[in-house]
Amino acid sequence: MILKDILSPFSGWRKVFNEPVALKDPVNDRPGAPRYRGFHKNDISACIGCGTCETICENAAIDLVPVEGIKTKDGDSGLRPRVDYGRCCWCALCVDVCTTGSLSLSNAYIWVSEDSDDYRFTPGVDEKPWQNEPLGWKKPEGDYEFYPLNRVAPPHLHPEERHDSFVEMVKGFSKEQAMSEADRCVECGICTATCPAHMGIPQYIKAIRNDDLEEGLRVLYDTNPLPEICGRICTHKCETVCSIGHRGEPLSIRWLKRYIADQNPSEKYKEILNTGNIEPNGKNVAVVGAGPAGLSAAHYLALMGYSVTIFEALPEAGGMMRYGIPEYRLPYDQLDKDINYILSLGVAIRYNTRVGTDISLEQLHSQYDAVFAGTGLHQGRSTRIEGTNHPHVYQSIELLRKITLGEEIHVAEKIVVIGGGNVAMDITRSLARLQRQKYGKVQIITTSLETEEKMPADREEVVEAREEGATVNPGWAPQKIEIVDGALKGLHVVQCMSLFDSTGKFNPQCNMDVANFFEADMVVESIGQGMDISYLEGNVKDQLTFDPRGRIVVNAQFQSSVPWLFVGGDIIQGPDVIHGIANGHTAAKGIDQYLTSI
Amino acid sequence: MNKKVSHPFGPQKDSIAHRATNEAEPVDLSSHKYLKMWQGPNHPGITGNMSLELTIDGDEVVESKTHVGYLHRGFEKLFERRRYIQCFPTCVRMCVPEPDTNEYNLARGTEELGNIEVPEMANWLRMLVLEMARLQVLLRMVPGQAGTMGSGLAMQWGMYHRELILDRMEELTGARIYHMYILPGGVRGLLPDGFKDRLEENLSKIDDYINDVDRLIFNNYVFKKRTVGTAVIPRDWVDQYGITGPVARAAGVKRDVRKDYPYLYYNQLDFDYNTTTDSDVFSRFMVRRLDLETTVDLLRQIMAKMPEKGDIKAPTPNVLHWKIPRGETYVRCESSRGEYGFYMVADGTEYPRRINLRGPSYTHAISVLEKLLVGANISDVSAIMVSLATCPPEIER
Repeated sequence: MILKDILSPFSGWRKVFNEPVALKDPVNDRPGAPRYRGFHKNDISACIGCGTCETICENAAIDLVPVEGIKTKDGDSGLRPRVDYGRCCWCALCVDVCTTGSLSLSNAYIWVSEDSDDYRFTPGVDEKPWQNEPLGWKKPEGDYEFYPLNRVAPPHLHPEERHDSFVEMVKGFSKEQAMSEADRCVECGICTATCPAHMGIPQYIKAIRNDDLEEGLRVLYDTNPLPEICGRICTHKCETVCSIGHRGEPLSIRWLKRYIADQNPSEKYKEILNTGNIEPNGKNVAVVGAGPAGLSAAHYLALMGYSVTIFEALPEAGGMMRYGIPEYRLPYDQLDKDINYILSLGVAIRYNTRVGTDISLEQLHSQYDAVFAGTGLHQGRSTRIEGTNHPHVYQSIELLRKITLGEEIHVAEKIVVIGGGNVAMDITRSLARLQRQKYGKVQIITTSLETEEKMPADREEVVEAREEGATVNPGWAPQKIEIVDGALKGLHVVQCMSLFDSTGKFNPQCNMDVANFFEADMVVESIGQGMDISYLEGNVKDQLTFDPRGRIVVNAQFQSSVPWLFVGGDIIQGPDVIHGIANGHTAAKGIDQYLTSI
Repeated sequence: MNKKVSHPFGPQKDSIAHRATNEAEPVDLSSHKYLKMWQGPNHPGITGNMSLELTIDGDEVVESKTHVGYLHRGFEKLFERRRYIQCFPTCVRMCVPEPDTNEYNLARGTEELGNIEVPEMANWLRMLVLEMARLQVLLRMVPGQAGTMGSGLAMQWGMYHRELILDRMEELTGARIYHMYILPGGVRGLLPDGFKDRLEENLSKIDDYINDVDRLIFNNYVFKKRTVGTAVIPRDWVDQYGITGPVARAAGVKRDVRKDYPYLYYNQLDFDYNTTTDSDVFSRFMVRRLDLETTVDLLRQIMAKMPEKGDIKAPTPNVLHWKIPRGETYVRCESSRGEYGFYMVADGTEYPRRINLRGPSYTHAISVLEKLLVGANISDVSAIMVSLATCPPEIER
């Protein structure tokens, strides 16, 4: 023992006069650190209720609940996360995984409530004292992501490899590409809710991740009998709403679907889908039109044992998918793969048979138990400006059909296309290819009322059209086609300022002072399509109800007011393939319900 | 087996130790000579919820049994039902005072099995956080040893200095206790502006505090009287029982995962094993006291050497369905208590097949403590227990 060891501990008394280190008022003097993981906040207008927070929460502290004032719509489940502070551990994985970045934690950490139910609340909806606190844990910007935000692009043909032929320009995913693209999915299901056919998108993407493409095909055929086609040309509303798209690039759902269909050989379809033996039920159904709606209805009816006959006016099946969509987007062999599988289920098809001309609807009614009509929109619409009656003014639909049929069409050296939708792009790019084949150069101008940002065509279509040499010059209203001595000289346009008036009615406003003239020898109009329902005649027509816009009124099963007549596809909804498929499927179930109930 | 242990406080302890381990003379409770006494599950000392069932003869312990089960939450089973990312908030609970070692092991094991290379910046930040975690544990544990013997002053001061480090933790990681900072693939944030200056300010306060600790505890006649020569762990026990960390180093065995199996960038830092030779309660705490100094020094070295900016997380597959290829690994790091390892088995799915924790507490608080307490005075029991630095949730995971 030394003296130091006895005296040394008393040195503690030195600090008796020191200022105390404890805070007098910690509640107010000590805010949480700027990055503190405190209580939850949610920007409910940015939140889409995808439920990824709920998925990652390891404590099951988050539930997605309906919230007053928020409606379910495309891209928004209408639900919002509710947090249970009896379970939460404030790990902030919910914030890090949030697809929209709406969820965050404030730096508030002191809160007392007498009511224990208060501790289960919906951030952003239930008023809380910290909801406007600016600080706290936020989604780290650019530092890290829990899933890749950028998509894996499928290989494309270079513009120079594709600009003079109708070879398919997008090549499918390789296995590695499909796997890494599928990995990005958070399985929120916002896509399923938005898809008109309600396809099991997260499920088939999961099948890709598990490398079980047969399971993937089964998931596809549950809701969509045309996966090769939809995998190429679907309008992919699923991708538009994909939750990953809020901060990154949406998943390439369309190409993933194509990957599954491409990888499964058609010979194995019946085995995989277990459709080798279908028990006939002795009833028969006629389908008018072999487009997506008709084929879809025929497929699901055939699976239920109905004997189905399709009546098709054109020499081959596919409808607008074959006669509207150019081959470089949808090759005919892939179209045939889907169609042939449907026909292999026992579906009969009578080509070159136009209902209304070759056989009447009444006759169909007498021979079949029910009729499904999906005749589509095959008539072009005209701008009806001066000069549209010139022989070198064409309708895009008519030209596209002729290209598919292999008929000779007039291809001028200088062409103007009027229209800003995908069909306008299809005809632009088809004519550009033909021009290049014929003249070795492209001189085609595509113009639309809508400005560049508002053009209804897919962005990539516009970009690719330009890559192939076409000039896309939007924002002009066509005024007059200049004709001198019977020869078409070009199109006069003026600047288009707005399309819709304050009531939302289509009423284009133009600035007549800014005019332009597009030189051309040929004008193609591509401003939309109309339907031809002249086959609905006599008694049937009298019994049908039409809405003010001339569309046939149908119920939820697509049954018209003539009980045996079901109508679907572009003439009811859309226009696009996936609506047609969905309509056909629903109508098939409706027909089955109708025929089993009578 | 305990015969060789030399206790400086007279032959009495030796004889009890000898008697208790002699199977020929079992403890006969019906003789009314002995008393059963429970220490815990809550007691002063900082060990958490763990009970010692003591059989005492007068003041002296003749038999001790460690009881756990007050904290059991079944972590290892929970891991089997959670995705890898979901294990991350769970694993921290396996050691409350020093959760970062759990995060680090889980992250490193996942990265090894999943073939992820962690960016350099993230590794430096991991090292910084691990050393800060060690520092805050030691700031509580070293003076806490005096607390077990009734001297609370240094402990109160230690708590204040620990809070300073927790402030920095809060600033960097977003939380004070469960930091949840070291994610599989990297870390969750860069240093905030001015962080290094504030940490340096705290470290200089801690330098002064270490001198206070010396004055109050290590130059304290009572502390020395009660700890020198108490509960000596023979050097050959170290390998027999698998003793690691400061407890092993106090027995003169150079054992430190940071030196023996360098991970992160510890091989770029200048430090040495802190060892003493007496292997009693005093020398175990002397090792921790030296570790305290080393840790402060390491933090300064890390701050000087780490880059200013860089990627903090490697891209990983989508965490919601990150499938780790089939495989197994054992990853370890040096916690404040000793070698802290995770044995991880992946079976190719999104969920771990098995994550097994090998922490020092199981050995220290069960195998070693039960032997070590035999012959001890009951007033020394908590001091001996705390000198082994037990973390009960790590035993019952």
